[in-house]
Amino acid sequence: MYGVHSAVAGMNGMRTAGDLVARMQFAKSMRLPEAKEYVAQKLNVDAMDLADECMMREVREDLGLCTMTENIATPRGIASKMNIEKVLDLKINSCELFRNLSSIV
Amino acid sequence: MATEYITRMGDGRKVTMTKEEIRADIETGIGEAVDAAEVPELSGDEIDHLLEIVASKEKLVTVEHGKEVVLSLDGGSISIESEHGSGIPCGRINGVVMEERAYCLDVLELAHMDYSYKPVKPLTAVECQTMRQLQEITTTPLLYGAMPNMGLYYTPDGPYENPGDLMKAFKIQEAQDSIEKSAEHLTRDMIWILQKMMKNGGADGANFDTMAAAGDGDFYSALNAIEALRKEYPEMYIEAGMASETVLGIHGELKYDGVNVAGLWPHKQVELVEKAGANVFGPVCNTNTTYSFAWNLARAVTVVKACSENATIPIHVNMGNGVGGIPMFEVPSTDTISRADKAMIEIANVDGI
Repeated sequence: MYGVHSAVAGMNGMRTAGDLVARMQFAKSMRLPEAKEYVAQKLNVDAMDLADECMMREVREDLGLCTMTENIATPRGIASKMNIEKVLDLKINSCELFRNLSSIV
Repeated sequence: MATEYITRMGDGRKVTMTKEEIRADIETGIGEAVDAAEVPELSGDEIDHLLEIVASKEKLVTVEHGKEVVLSLDGGSISIESEHGSGIPCGRINGVVMEERAYCLDVLELAHMDYSYKPVKPLTAVECQTMRQLQEITTTPLLYGAMPNMGLYYTPDGPYENPGDLMKAFKIQEAQDSIEKSAEHLTRDMIWILQKMMKNGGADGANFDTMAAAGDGDFYSALNAIEALRKEYPEMYIEAGMASETVLGIHGELKYDGVNVAGLWPHKQVELVEKAGANVFGPVCNTNTTYSFAWNLARAVTVVKACSENATIPIHVNMGNGVGGIPMFEVPSTDTISRADKAMIEIANVDGI
């Protein structure tokens, strides 16, 4: 069922910028157009391109936001979320916990 | 002879209907929503668009470029790994990573197999550990999800006398007292579990799924938990999803922010959810299996559009089997899912699914 929703209507998560738009919906209660516009501005792309795999693969790689397929040079997991914090100007709870536990400032 | 279009009934059975029959069902579905939920009807252009979607010759229809929405989910990886789901022997951690990397969801969820807050309480430390492990390897927002499921607080499963049994004995006041005590207990449990999840698990937040499954006390309890958590964690991600289209008034007199919560429909539920402090609301509109897909979809879109218009927070409409216009069938057909998605996005203007 996820597959059908993803194919016909979804932003498709890390294949594009879906996870980033979702973060703005949850972090700031932004409705969809506002969340897309915010992320597009931060990534310096057009909002129409946020669900474009070709465009977003390059953007995610350049900014270290994690890519869907394995790339040894691209940060993943908690490291990529620390980059997302900077790009989207947010604090992420798991990054805060990681910093507190590891004494990273 | 008029052209017949392939469509379905609310139980998923394939049927054929003419355009005129589909339009007639759309109009009566809208009318039912207007009467029941007291919401505005769809415009003529919206009815035409809905007819075009339902009667499309293609098996799958999709949204236009740029209209893609955010996908969140309920149940975490349960539908992947459990026997009542796909039964893939993968474990929760692998299941959640599959949500991110195979299903490409925009929001992930970790959940316990029992999927209710009460059974999770004694396992909270284990749940926090799994959450932390997942937070270190995933990039996508990851919530902890469970149902308030207040029915578990009544006898024989819980400490409070079952209000149904009390009502049968005409002990109305005692039944209301039992609901209030259960609601307070449930609120305390949800707050305690999610405090641990935020502090020790590093969760992004929580999904309160199927709120009001046990009626108005369940909804009232979840709203109070959301309010308390929002005060303590201003940055916490909170999704509040409903169990059904209306809040059943089992108590009948519970008020949140001065509003009696019994009998509320999605466009009024969202006002209280916003006041409590949730970031995202998941409205439900139930499917009636004896009516056509067109009737059910028109009814659902009308109810959800009113909710979306009245909301200031994002709306992630529930679109599983038996809700959101999708037929009540364990494996809903792809043609109905795609049509329901498109209609909800392009007519009801939802922010997510």
